[in-house]
Amino acid sequence: MIAIVVENLTKTFNGFTAVDRVSFTITRGEIFGLLGPNGAGKTTTISMLSTLLRPTSGSARVNGFEIVKHEDDVRKSIGIVFQDQSLDEELTAYENMDFHGRLYRIPRAVRQQKIVDLLQLVELNDKRDNLVKTFSGGMRRRLEIARGLLHEPKVLFLDEPTLGLDPQTRNHLWAYIEQLNKEKGVTIILTTHYMDEADRLCDRVAIIDKGKIIALDTPERLKDELGGDVITVKASEPDKLSAQLKALSWVNQAESHDGQVTVTVQNAERHVAELARLAATHGIEIESISIRNPTLEDVFLYYTGRTMREEEASSKDQMRMMHRLHRR
Amino acid sequence: MDIVYTIWLRSMKRYVRSKSRIIGSLGMPLFFLLVLGYGLNSVVRIPGSAGQGYTGFIVPGIVAMSVLFTSVFSGIQIIWDKQFGFLKETLVAPVSRLEIMLGQTLGGATTACIQGSIILVLSLFMGLSITSMLGLLIAAAFMVLIGLSFTALGIAIASKMEDMHGFQLIMNFVIFPIFGLSGALFPIDSLPSWLRSLTLLDPLTYGVEGVRYGLTGTTQVHPLAGFVVMTGFTLFMLVAGAALFRKVTG
Repeated sequence: MIAIVVENLTKTFNGFTAVDRVSFTITRGEIFGLLGPNGAGKTTTISMLSTLLRPTSGSARVNGFEIVKHEDDVRKSIGIVFQDQSLDEELTAYENMDFHGRLYRIPRAVRQQKIVDLLQLVELNDKRDNLVKTFSGGMRRRLEIARGLLHEPKVLFLDEPTLGLDPQTRNHLWAYIEQLNKEKGVTIILTTHYMDEADRLCDRVAIIDKGKIIALDTPERLKDELGGDVITVKASEPDKLSAQLKALSWVNQAESHDGQVTVTVQNAERHVAELARLAATHGIEIESISIRNPTLEDVFLYYTGRTMREEEASSKDQMRMMHRLHRR
Repeated sequence: MDIVYTIWLRSMKRYVRSKSRIIGSLGMPLFFLLVLGYGLNSVVRIPGSAGQGYTGFIVPGIVAMSVLFTSVFSGIQIIWDKQFGFLKETLVAPVSRLEIMLGQTLGGATTACIQGSIILVLSLFMGLSITSMLGLLIAAAFMVLIGLSFTALGIAIASKMEDMHGFQLIMNFVIFPIFGLSGALFPIDSLPSWLRSLTLLDPLTYGVEGVRYGLTGTTQVHPLAGFVVMTGFTLFMLVAGAALFRKVTG
């Protein structure tokens, strides 16, 4: 059973291509992640799939409905939690839910019951009559998730669900999301720029950069593809060291960034001594060496030659520009 | 219809809860009413007014002012919804833009008419006397038309604005001129002819004169003509507001 099919979906804003011929398929019951730095095109993709933005070209079907031709059918069958908060702070938790239920034309009796059930699920029922402006960030997020589920969508979109939340609240939310997926069978598509979030939650992850999907697989296989272990070396001349390492047969990949070199190799333990010797013969001073299992961050580095953090700093201005254009 | 009601209901809930805004937006009309009413009552003679003096003359104008400002504010409120993200919640729901826009317009017009009615009731203590029930109904009808048309105008403006930065500009160059030229504070008949024709281009003139006719029985524009113009303007603004709101992307 297929929940979402995306074919060559493209969106350009005044000549800037935010999403570039993206294609993927999501099966029912899956938790699918779009992982990438800010400005990579995640939110734009979600906005198109939820009919808020019209694609420039390409097509997509959500729950069997064309996103352009059957907007209303798509809207009825999806729930969405936006990256930015979208609650009315002057209303109570219950009233926010009630407003949503009325917009989706849920009959009164069903609506009242479901609101209470969902508020209980996200542990907000005792605060149902408090104004949202008195809520913490985590409480608001939970309320938004509950609201997104009120009309029983088959697919739930979560755009950066844990952005700006403290670690404890994030863990809590992750548990909810997993529970929803398992117990209610809701297909979940989430965007994130947190590696650990994608790793922990997602059945499959699409890594997206500059509007393109550069890798798509289960988190395990994505990491396995790097081949073995990751050695991080802090050294005096990282560029020189990575150039030297790239020439060696046992090195899968070496990238220098942030004053260090990240090297992917098989059986790292056996090669550490050799690596240190190589550095010494070229007069490169080594400050520290660490060996660890690869993370999705390493996968991103492997495919793009950059870390997500570097990417974020440079894309912030671009994002702001985009945002302005977009609003116009 | 349930969707229009839902949006309207939200406006009402927000209105009832914002005590400071209710009182705040009564401030300026009351100030005008007290200062101009008492201050100029003894020095200004309105030709043709039936013994109610200047106070009696400006009460309808101030009522209209209160409706005007509240309705424009309510329409422009959409920008707040845009900035606080709430607008997206309504835009992504399986409802038409027209329903959202109509709900918002009705909500704004309702709050505007309540505000206008509060001024009207307060004016009773300043010597306004309501002589006929029919007159009151006529005044109410014109208040509703002012409320609807100018909330729609506010929505139209808000649909084109990104944030609140342009707000001051709109107030100073659109709303104040509309108010100032409307004959709310002076009889348009005593104006030089070039200025008089300008006031006749201002839709609020017909609204103010309509309310004045209802409350005091005197008017400088035929009430039926005023009603036709105001109805036409309201319909035009509803269509224009709906068309512009359709293009909003949240």
